[in-house]
Amino acid sequence: MAFLEMIGLKKRYGNVEILKGIDLTLDKGGFLVLVGPSGCGKSTLLNTIAGLETITDGEIRIDGERVNDLHPSKRDIAMVFQSYALYPNMTVAQNIAFGLEMRGVAKPERDKAVDGVAKMLQIGHLLDRKPSQLSGGQRQRVAMGRALTRNPRVFLFDEPLSNLDAKLRVDMRTEIKRLHQATGATIVYVTHDQIEAMTLATKIAVLKDGEVQQVGTPHEIYNRPANLFVADFMGSPAMNLLKAQVAADAGRTVLRLARGHGGADILLPVPPSVGAGSALSAGQDLILGIRPEAITDKDSADKHSTAIEFVDAYVEVVEPAGSDTFVVTQAGGKEVIARMRSDADVRAGQTIPFAFNLDKAVVFDPATGRRI
Amino acid sequence: MSASASSGTAGGSIVTRVVIYGLLGLFAVIYLAPLFVMLITSFKSLDEIYSGNMLALPRNPSLDAWGKAWGSACVGLTCEGIKGYFWNSIKMVVPAVAISTCLGALNGYVLTKWRFRGHKLVFALMLFSCFIPFQSVLLPMATVLGHFGEIGRQLQDSIGTSLGFGNPTVNLVFVHTIYGLGFTTLFFRNYYEAFPTELVKAAQVDGASFFQIFWRILIPNSTPIIVVTVIYQFTNIWNDFLFGASYASGESMPMTVALNNVVNTSTGVVEYNVNMAAAVIAALPTLLVYVLAGRYFVRGLMAGAVKG
Repeated sequence: MAFLEMIGLKKRYGNVEILKGIDLTLDKGGFLVLVGPSGCGKSTLLNTIAGLETITDGEIRIDGERVNDLHPSKRDIAMVFQSYALYPNMTVAQNIAFGLEMRGVAKPERDKAVDGVAKMLQIGHLLDRKPSQLSGGQRQRVAMGRALTRNPRVFLFDEPLSNLDAKLRVDMRTEIKRLHQATGATIVYVTHDQIEAMTLATKIAVLKDGEVQQVGTPHEIYNRPANLFVADFMGSPAMNLLKAQVAADAGRTVLRLARGHGGADILLPVPPSVGAGSALSAGQDLILGIRPEAITDKDSADKHSTAIEFVDAYVEVVEPAGSDTFVVTQAGGKEVIARMRSDADVRAGQTIPFAFNLDKAVVFDPATGRRI
Repeated sequence: MSASASSGTAGGSIVTRVVIYGLLGLFAVIYLAPLFVMLITSFKSLDEIYSGNMLALPRNPSLDAWGKAWGSACVGLTCEGIKGYFWNSIKMVVPAVAISTCLGALNGYVLTKWRFRGHKLVFALMLFSCFIPFQSVLLPMATVLGHFGEIGRQLQDSIGTSLGFGNPTVNLVFVHTIYGLGFTTLFFRNYYEAFPTELVKAAQVDGASFFQIFWRILIPNSTPIIVVTVIYQFTNIWNDFLFGASYASGESMPMTVALNNVVNTSTGVVEYNVNMAAAVIAALPTLLVYVLAGRYFVRGLMAGAVKG
């Protein structure tokens, strides 16, 4: 049985349904990231787990115990807020110890717990300061310290890194991952940043309009997105989603894509990800999803791939990004971004061979948006 | 060319400054003149007042008038000065300010952080109470206070103490608390509206109860608005005349009513120096509150208007 369970969870404000039946589970020690665009209901979901918002229907269980009607303080959870929510009138030490104090823990024990947490987060020298005297990163640490000190069953993080500058965000991301590995805590983490989701999670739930689009490991979400929304949302730059048509060519089924700058259509074999059971009929419209890193220059094509196809195409724009070079061309009626080596010899206006790694490609039904 | 232009603007700014400071100085004099006349008159003897210039400084400054105003001036038929009435006012103002401020804070807390169905209507009605004129509640309130007196008499007969029911000072505390509640609620609600709700949520998760959140999180972060409310309530209640004159009489009347009786005495010569001293004494507490807490007042009024 999973440690944290959400069963048929619904939340309604008047006539507006924010959460439309969420079913999610998380094992003890797992790291679940709820990710989605703003307004998808991910923060509401987190608040219902915390007990800060009531649920309209369904059930939440922690360690087998139904917590639907328990007060937040009785659920044995801790939460880290986006704004850190440090009490401005208290020192760092008082902030960290407040939860213990409210639970009637004696002063010597509280001090010991504060010292332990301060050591772990390296904030020992800040204990006597007020939150207003701390930098953003320090406040973030204190907020985490406040959650850690109580050693709760579940940690909830509500976009904890979104107020930090880019460099600090990367540092704190690593810090959170390290903490998770060190403590083995069970964590639910809300973010709209898909890189945070990929790097931190053991399990990702992608939400949209109050519905779970897909649940899976970061690898599954990234490589086998369940539908067009997940495919488009996860990954940067986004997956190339190209219009294609099923056609027969010399006795085998192929995908036909319109070429951007004139010339014969591109013919690609059906990617291996399409199951043998799903019959494709000639003339059927499809959407081919292929990530930028699966379209490379000839030399850096994946040697282990079983299905590399070379396609000559016209280079429209070259964007060197330091570690890689992004090359833009046209296919299937849309812009296609390819990710090439930084030292690949490509110039705009050339026509060069692009290596399509169809092992990494997926196919969607344009009508339903689902992966085939 | 540019040099002459810049000196031109400099000259213009000097003229502007002279005009601004001139006007400011003029208005300062206009506003401060009465206070000045009051103060110097209170230090003069009666002869000097009747013979001399109103604006002249006292020749032999003395505190006689102050002593008389405090200890032996006639208020109505008794001649024991205003000191008893001064304490009456203190006994009325301190509880009334404290209770209305506490309840206002609690109301603001509930109306912003523990919202319930219809909270907007409740707030609107409380806001409405700010606009009710004093005069319209005089008679209904007198009836209510009359019932209180009835209860007090019955308690006195049955258990030997009235528990404060029917006591004029208690009545005034009651009236001022009720009347002030609309304002204090408005102040605190607007302040707490801008108070981060995440702090309340964090405290809830930390296990703090309704009142623990209030005392440990909200109140320690409310200094500016508490100061504003206290100044506002103190000034209003201390300076109130109508309720004091209507619901308290004789021994129990507050300072303002007593001052009126000192000044309006119809027997003998008008003792301007005593009147002035009594008036300054009556104004002293509000002045003191402004001096001690005034800088918070402006800051508090601005709080919530602009974030950060």
